[in-house]
Amino acid sequence: MIEATHAPVRRRPLLFILPVLLFALVGAFLAIGLTRDPSTLPSALVGKEAPPFALPPLEGRDSHGFARADLGGEPMLVNVFASWCVPCRVEHPVINRLAGQGVVVHGINYKDRPEDAKAWLAELGDPFRRVGADRDGRVGIEWGVYGVPETFVLDRDGKIAHRHVGPLQPRDVEEKILPLLEKLK
Amino acid sequence: MTWRLLLLLLVLGAPAQAATSPGEMLRDPALEARARTIGKELRCLVCQNQSIDDSDAELARDLRRLVRERLVAGDSDAEVLGFVTERYGDFVLLKPPIRPVTWLLWFGPAALLLLGILLIAAYHRGRRREAPAPAELDPAERARLERLIAGDRGA
Repeated sequence: MIEATHAPVRRRPLLFILPVLLFALVGAFLAIGLTRDPSTLPSALVGKEAPPFALPPLEGRDSHGFARADLGGEPMLVNVFASWCVPCRVEHPVINRLAGQGVVVHGINYKDRPEDAKAWLAELGDPFRRVGADRDGRVGIEWGVYGVPETFVLDRDGKIAHRHVGPLQPRDVEEKILPLLEKLK
Repeated sequence: MTWRLLLLLLVLGAPAQAATSPGEMLRDPALEARARTIGKELRCLVCQNQSIDDSDAELARDLRRLVRERLVAGDSDAEVLGFVTERYGDFVLLKPPIRPVTWLLWFGPAALLLLGILLIAAYHRGRRREAPAPAELDPAERARLERLIAGDRGA
């Protein structure tokens, strides 16, 4: 019986390679999955037309409001902001600078009180060409907004080319927004 | 004793509580029931691992209201889910739809299990085939074995 254990074992390379392959596969999935930021969701709207909407003006700012018809003609940004949103405050100088460089930026004032929003813009600067007041967040839902701030880049046809969730950092502007706007021109 | 009973009821009742406040509910119980079912299938995008039916987040409340608006307007359940998915993507569905991109997700675990079973079966079959049958005893060994057994009995 003792000889039996010494019997030469036939080598089956598959049995040895398979675990390694499986490990590599799982490793690859984890490497991709775990390094993605779970708070930035893929947008369903990128590549699609901006949704139809018509927002009333921000009381006391002007009497235009902001609607689907204001989009298109040239590449532009739509920034969703609110005075109660702390990251918006951080982001605002970046938006101001963009507007100063001649980029058209429209604003959607999300679930805000008009007097708060007006004071906020007076304090931090008003970079927007058009501002619409989305008091109940209904238009936000049309845009797939799930947190403020969010910024959309639109092409000349009013199609959504890019969506940025969270505050725009100077680096995002340099690396993504400005090159994209240049490309869309 | 009363407070213990109350505590027990509270604990038992907890899973039944949803974030939906009475003011949001629809008059029509059948419609409200459909709204609740849909709400359980939609992800709250702020808290991500709760459904909008469970979440107290503002966006969840807005979406609950939206679901009810669509139902009152006469949408079917699938149309309501479609309406939300169109704006928020498949991610908003807590149960991902079966599509080629999600095949791995849906069938991967079963495939892995099957692969494991096949490997184990192959391994055992191979081992049985490889182990050579024990050699027959030659007359000298047999005689020695007899002696040993006899000695054992004798002891």
